[in-house]
Amino acid sequence: MTTAELYQRDREWHPPAYSRDYKTSVARSPRNAPLSLQGSMSELTGPTFGHNDIDPLDNDLIRNYAQSSDPIGERIIVHGRVLDENARPVPNTLVEIWQANAGGRYRHKKDSYLAPIDPNFGGCGRTLTDDDGFYVFRTVKPGAYPWRNWVNNWRPAHIHVSVFGTAFAQRLITQMYFEGDPLIAKCPIVQTIPDQRAIDQLVAALDLNATVPLDSIAYKFDIVLRGHRSTFFENRPEGN
Amino acid sequence: MVQSLHYLKESVSQTAGPYVHIGLAPGDAGFDIYRLELGRDITGPNAKGARITVTGTVTDGTGTTVKDVLIEVWQANAAGIYPGAGPDSDKVEDGFRGWGRVIPDFDTGVFAFETVKPGPVMGRDGRLMAPHLNLWLVARGINVGLNTRMYFGDEEAANAADPVLGLIEQAHRRQTLVARADANRYHFDIRLQGDDETVFFDL
Repeated sequence: MTTAELYQRDREWHPPAYSRDYKTSVARSPRNAPLSLQGSMSELTGPTFGHNDIDPLDNDLIRNYAQSSDPIGERIIVHGRVLDENARPVPNTLVEIWQANAGGRYRHKKDSYLAPIDPNFGGCGRTLTDDDGFYVFRTVKPGAYPWRNWVNNWRPAHIHVSVFGTAFAQRLITQMYFEGDPLIAKCPIVQTIPDQRAIDQLVAALDLNATVPLDSIAYKFDIVLRGHRSTFFENRPEGN
Repeated sequence: MVQSLHYLKESVSQTAGPYVHIGLAPGDAGFDIYRLELGRDITGPNAKGARITVTGTVTDGTGTTVKDVLIEVWQANAAGIYPGAGPDSDKVEDGFRGWGRVIPDFDTGVFAFETVKPGPVMGRDGRLMAPHLNLWLVARGINVGLNTRMYFGDEEAANAADPVLGLIEQAHRRQTLVARADANRYHFDIRLQGDDETVFFDL
């Protein structure tokens, strides 16, 4: 593992903190400029996880909360790689996901949408990438659901994704969308992202080659974390 | 035309949303699914150093408590060493993860967690950094997770020499990163916006 410095996070590529049309961001966005810091050990190290921390079924959302049968919904496989900006795989990193069920309802004490809870679906999973950065989940495709922003806003089907990398400054939470969903273009949360290419990068592609015929359809979703700088020239995050 | 650099672009951030607990702390969402929820124990049983409790709140620009926030903590041990990949990380106590997840009470918005006080950590260019916790906040309405630090109010001399606090141009804003000390208890309020807005970092 490395504690080399990271490429600058491109703040014009990420959504700004304040997005007028995503109303909750208005009061939750800092008004002062963030303080830019060069990396020290505090930012360039990060937590590590191992196979003792998780169980083999944790990445199978069809089975990891099933009580009496499989959950209702379109059976899907979500797979891909975690890479860095140098296109190198990020191995053994924790990937966690959460999502609504096929009806668009979350298993959360604060969600009161009228679509029913599925007794066989928890809605979360986690796994470690392998040595080449690959991960895979099995789940059901989440439903779209309405949310209070404008009177009539609908979230496109999406899966929340959390990834660690090796440095705390690589920490990332994002959302995966599905190819062909017409709600993507209408969503104020998606549209906080200023660059269409960055949006496209969050849309998982239908991957027929990875389907299990007569069982599950597949989507491919690669996740890119900040890259480490080369050490051709002296970097001194450790102070020596 | 020129050659392509062939770098990939970082996947952009999206809000963690109001139901982040389902994925990262399902017990708080209201159900039990994993054998082990990660982030519930920062230090493990063998950590040396002073045991401390940290409490606080996160408030928005209207002064309202942000009850759906999730905070991740990353810290060194009492000797100032990070586990994992950093220098001397093999000297970290067995079971010391240095990382945890903090979820406020959904009714009051007050968070509380226990850990050990970290030691000073060597910073850039041989300048020692005062003891601090690295914090990362995600919530509905936060488009990109917010990074900040919590320093300790009973470390006045170390804080005064800290190279990161020293970078904050408006000196009075440095206090937004310093927790109030009361023996082994610390209180730290985070303000996302407005008067006394917390200093956040672009790392």
